[in-house]
Amino acid sequence: MAKAKNARLILENGKEFSGRSFGFPCSVAGEVVFNTAMTGYPESLTDPSYKGQILVATFPLIGNYGVPKTETENGLLKFFESDKIHISGLVISDYSFEYSHWNAEQSLGKWLNDNKVPAIFGIDTRALTKVLREYGSMLGKIVIDEQEVDWYDPNEQNLVDLVSIKKKTIYGTGQHKIMLVDCGVKYNIIRSLLRYDTTVIRVPWNYNYSNEAYDGLFISNGPGDPAICKPAIHQLETALGKDQPIFGICLGSQLLGIASGAETYKLKYGHRSHNQPVMQHETQRCFVTSQNHGFAVDHHKLKGDFEPYFTNLNDQTCEGIRHKSKPIFATQFHPEASGGPTDTAFLFEQFIDHIKKSK
Amino acid sequence: MSTIDQSIKKVIVLGSGALKIGEAGEFDYSGSQALKALREEGIETILINPNIATVQTSENIADKIYFLPVTPDFVERVIKKEKPQGILLAFGGQTALNCGIKLEDSGVLEKYGVRVLGTPVQAIKDTEDRDLFVQKLNQISVKTARSFAVNNLNEAYKAVDKLGYPIIVRAAYALGGLGSGFCNNHGELEKICNNAFAFSPQVLVEESLKGWKEVEYEVVRDRFDNCITVCNMENFDPLGIHTGESIVVAPSQTLSNTEYHKLRELAIKIIRHIGIVGECNVQYALDPESEDYRVIEVNARLSRSSALASKATGYPLAFVAAKLGLGYGLFDLKNSVTKTTSAFFEPALDYIVCKIPRWDLGKFEGVSKQIGSSMKSVGEVMSIGRNFEEAIQKGLRMIGQGMHGFTGNRDLNFESIDEELTRPTDMRIFAIQAALDAEYTIDRIHELTKIDKWFLVKLQNINDLKNKLYAFDTLEETPLELLREAKIRGFSDFQLTRMILKSEVEAIESNMNKVRTFRKKMGIVPYVKQIDTLAAEYPAKTNYLYLTYSGNEHDVEFPRDNRSVTVLGSGAYRIGSSVEFDWCGVNALQTIKKEGLRSIMINYNPETVSTDYDVCDRLYFDELSLERVLDICDLELPKGVIVSTGGQIPNNLAMRLHRQHINILGTSPLSIDRAEDRNKFSGMLDKLGIDQPRWSELTSIDDIYHFVDKVGFPVLIRPSYVLSGAAMNVVSNRDELEHFLQLAVKVSKQHPVVVSEFIEQAKEIEIDAVANKGELISYALSEHVEFAGVHSGDATMVFPPQKIYFETVRRIKRITKAIARELDISGPFNMQFLAKDNDIKVIECNLRASRSFPFVSKVLKVNLIEMATQVMLGREVKKPDKSIFELDCIGVKAPQFSFSRLAKADPVLGVDMSSTGEVGCIGDSYYEAILKAMLSVGYTVPKKNILLSTGPMRSKVELVNSCRMLIEKGYNLFATKGTAQFLQLNGIPATALHWPDEEAKPNVLDYLRGKMIDLVINIPKDLSKEELANDYTIRRSAIDYNIPLITNARLASAFIYSFCKLTPDDLAIKSWNEY
Repeated sequence: MAKAKNARLILENGKEFSGRSFGFPCSVAGEVVFNTAMTGYPESLTDPSYKGQILVATFPLIGNYGVPKTETENGLLKFFESDKIHISGLVISDYSFEYSHWNAEQSLGKWLNDNKVPAIFGIDTRALTKVLREYGSMLGKIVIDEQEVDWYDPNEQNLVDLVSIKKKTIYGTGQHKIMLVDCGVKYNIIRSLLRYDTTVIRVPWNYNYSNEAYDGLFISNGPGDPAICKPAIHQLETALGKDQPIFGICLGSQLLGIASGAETYKLKYGHRSHNQPVMQHETQRCFVTSQNHGFAVDHHKLKGDFEPYFTNLNDQTCEGIRHKSKPIFATQFHPEASGGPTDTAFLFEQFIDHIKKSK
Repeated sequence: MSTIDQSIKKVIVLGSGALKIGEAGEFDYSGSQALKALREEGIETILINPNIATVQTSENIADKIYFLPVTPDFVERVIKKEKPQGILLAFGGQTALNCGIKLEDSGVLEKYGVRVLGTPVQAIKDTEDRDLFVQKLNQISVKTARSFAVNNLNEAYKAVDKLGYPIIVRAAYALGGLGSGFCNNHGELEKICNNAFAFSPQVLVEESLKGWKEVEYEVVRDRFDNCITVCNMENFDPLGIHTGESIVVAPSQTLSNTEYHKLRELAIKIIRHIGIVGECNVQYALDPESEDYRVIEVNARLSRSSALASKATGYPLAFVAAKLGLGYGLFDLKNSVTKTTSAFFEPALDYIVCKIPRWDLGKFEGVSKQIGSSMKSVGEVMSIGRNFEEAIQKGLRMIGQGMHGFTGNRDLNFESIDEELTRPTDMRIFAIQAALDAEYTIDRIHELTKIDKWFLVKLQNINDLKNKLYAFDTLEETPLELLREAKIRGFSDFQLTRMILKSEVEAIESNMNKVRTFRKKMGIVPYVKQIDTLAAEYPAKTNYLYLTYSGNEHDVEFPRDNRSVTVLGSGAYRIGSSVEFDWCGVNALQTIKKEGLRSIMINYNPETVSTDYDVCDRLYFDELSLERVLDICDLELPKGVIVSTGGQIPNNLAMRLHRQHINILGTSPLSIDRAEDRNKFSGMLDKLGIDQPRWSELTSIDDIYHFVDKVGFPVLIRPSYVLSGAAMNVVSNRDELEHFLQLAVKVSKQHPVVVSEFIEQAKEIEIDAVANKGELISYALSEHVEFAGVHSGDATMVFPPQKIYFETVRRIKRITKAIARELDISGPFNMQFLAKDNDIKVIECNLRASRSFPFVSKVLKVNLIEMATQVMLGREVKKPDKSIFELDCIGVKAPQFSFSRLAKADPVLGVDMSSTGEVGCIGDSYYEAILKAMLSVGYTVPKKNILLSTGPMRSKVELVNSCRMLIEKGYNLFATKGTAQFLQLNGIPATALHWPDEEAKPNVLDYLRGKMIDLVINIPKDLSKEELANDYTIRRSAIDYNIPLITNARLASAFIYSFCKLTPDDLAIKSWNEY
């Protein structure tokens, strides 16, 4: 413990927090965001939607159960959401140097170090979170050993292009063919689809699938501003003209919204937690959902045959949209969970049902 | 908004009665919340609860309160009178739930058209009946522990074929876990089964889940099928130790995301299938080596865990459950912390809480200190921190058994650490510390305890830090980083003083102050953080606070306008201090508010109402240590601190705070010291010419004999160092004295013994009073039914007194006034007296509220705490015009014992307190009040047969008239030899039964085992705790076979008179406001 190097987190507004390093000893810059989940750091760290971001865990005790084995299933790592850590840096309060879990293979610190991701502990993450809540997500940098680094705004870059797969990959051999547009897809989405009798065709975010055969179209989650993903939006506009089922999650929901003529905007502070309450429209059914997004569809500006599907009970923002007559729907939250609650996993079954019916 | 049923205008809420092991203050909290939720809707509320010391039985919480037993007969009569439309069963623990099931089964609810609000009775039954429960869970493929009932060894072998080893064998109908055990092979199985079949014709062979993790979820569901899990909790102690006996953390710490959410998903699946509307908890066993699990049980009601979860998260489970019972959806309700976001959500914590049980096993004779599958703890604490080390160290100090944290404790010697780790006692966590000091590896400790290594490593961190601190001798040479790290990991200034400065006990207090000054100078101070349910995601104006060293910024601002008043709470419930001090604290807070000031509460007991952030302007859920109270005072700069409403813990802080220049409101700490210090107090009484029993503080055995020669037997002995057994004892002769001094007590210059004259056959009288600047302004006098010698907390109290002379009253008043004047009392105080003829002796004086304040305040309908608080705030207080002699009703306070939970404990009363709770009932006559109170603590009116074994001649004589009355009423009397002879000599027919150790028939034991006796009266031969085996066997069997037992002749006589003069049907169903 005594060996840990001093490290600082410096925010765009000049605020500084001191702690000590427990990951890769190298300074880094990015956008600082917080997540209030109490479990699931291996899942969060490998979630491509965090690309370019420095993640603050509000739950203070991190690293308790180590990092799971690198076992694969269907060509996918079994216990992670992608094949590498996507966050730029990690900020926590109390790090467990020793871990304990039957499924653990290494410590969080070693894993971060091997993946060259810096991390800092000993931070008053509650004070930090209050700053982020007040001013919205902001740029920041982790400085280790006074090693200088320039500010970096990930939102100026096409992050989706960085995390999307480079060439088409196929999983499974089931009867329902699903075209999955990968904007930074979490593995559990693929796992959730494969649970049914499906073949998942995972293609790059800007792939032209208009001439390919499929039974259902899936638009994945991903990082950053949806407006940057123009090619994906154009593809979707065409797909919307057809009658085939479409299901979008998170960024996928925003892309679908824009393609349908609605607008998106940046939330003051995004939803990043496992406890977001949503209510299904015209019902009294509510669900606890896992979320990780900074942008949202403006549901007051939905066009044509699109209507709100789910709404956030805390701030009334849009949590999903659907087509009034066609089998097209999307959610801002993550039905695949991982991490987080599994309340809305039934939406995958609904998507498959749509596919069966439309055949 | 969803609509609620408008036809519900009046609702009955069932309370849980007296506090007992397994059913304590948590139900005062949940009931109070439910009543608040109903009142908000304009629904008239009727509460049935004989526990008069609770907050829920106070004014303005329920519309009507019945201090009556929570039993089907009485509840039916209240229903008949009140004609409510609805009833709530889930807020009064198992007592209310069982009563509700009986009311449903007997058709009473249907007959009077009363609807059960919330979870339907069928769903409750599905969770209560083991077979139904397993079937129900099988329907949705949820796993429960596999179990087979077998009738012989062969069947046991077959069961093992299906289960595989290891298994656990349990005798199906045996008491106290007799004949149970784990088996790993056929040899062990044969041995244990043979043993088990000796106790029971049927034996359960179950898969063993020993060493599995124990995890709980608190789940909420509304009638629209919306579900949330408010909190999950993980036991530090693995399966095998009752969750009430375990250290528990929230949220879980060693579960991965998949495990956490797998169990969460299952919990929701279960609650939906069972059809809960409101709240329930689901307990799991989780394999530490895979994701395999078993459901252990589901509690379809608010529970100890739900109270803990509410306090751990800030989510008011009971309040929300009551609203859901009325028909609301979760989405209709707001998060009561943020007030803007929805109640349909799951709290995100940014801290860890740690619950630690409080045991009082030392108070009982004969009870085993081992902890296991049955609950023995009497209270609990919850500590909050931003790391586990901080939380556990805080918590270990909070339990209040002289520990300073995980390390830095003295006088802990374990004969065998291995044994202590494998067969845990109430000292298990300190045994782990001893093991670490003895260089046991984490692997070894894990092997012996099965406690997850994550927890053990954290404990090792604390121990390592301790070793580092010991390497320095001055504060200046200790690296600041190390000091800071120690504070972050929960080390107190006391621990630092002991470890760095190596101070001996005498110098610790002043050196602690040096540590405090030094670290403050170096900027090592704690920060105040809020509990806001959303981990700071949304702004929240929450006043629910704790302190931590893992921070560099306060969440709140401190007005420092001299308008804040801090009230110190009472800490963990324990024998001798429980819900009554919560009531006192809450009333002090309310008065402060009423007087236009800001109220601040410091307390850490999750079972209380005073730790509900609704009842004060600021709640510091934190330690009641000198250090922490000073920390808070440094920040808040309050106008003053109230130390007299929280029992002994704050009282003990008075002088220490005063020395640190904290303004103590009310009576001066110097006066408190004069009352607390035995010598000073005695001197004062002598000066005032007030009599007291003769006593002396002695340091050698010879001196003790000299003293006894002077005052004669019996004497009361209070050692300052106890080797074994109870701390106090009464000895009646030289043999007993020798025995006690040799075996139980150490006598030396360092460990003096206080010996007092013990006056027999004396009445004990108590006064609860309020004085202002030395002038007595209000008082309540009560008498004990039992003669002196029974601890005042175990005594049955009558208010106003019925059987004392006017002259006695006059003298007591005169003494009380003189003492109030001499000590210049401003605030509440309590005194105890012995009265024999008209001779009055003072035996105790506490310059604080006592246990009986809520009881006398409610019977008198004068809130003594409100008045005392006004005095302490310096307000003008008028003497009330009401006097106790104008009361036309009578209150009786009766103790509740929990001996059935404490296997092998001798259920006998003595000078040390052993009751865990109490009730207070009101009647138009003495006998009515007595009978109501006795029925409320579980006695029943005997049907036919009464067993007497009445001890010494005095008691035999005392009971003659009562026995005649029993015969007249047609009861059959059975008695042990001497008693039978005595009764026959007095012309009272009684059947003699042989003593338990005699082979001959008819034998007492057969009658008890066969449940042929309806009431046992067994009076111990003298006041010593050492008793004959035969009498012990009779008393213990009465408890084990659930037969009412009385061990005091005066109480027995009062009870017999009551039920001979009145039947339960004669007892008036009158609410509090009808008196």
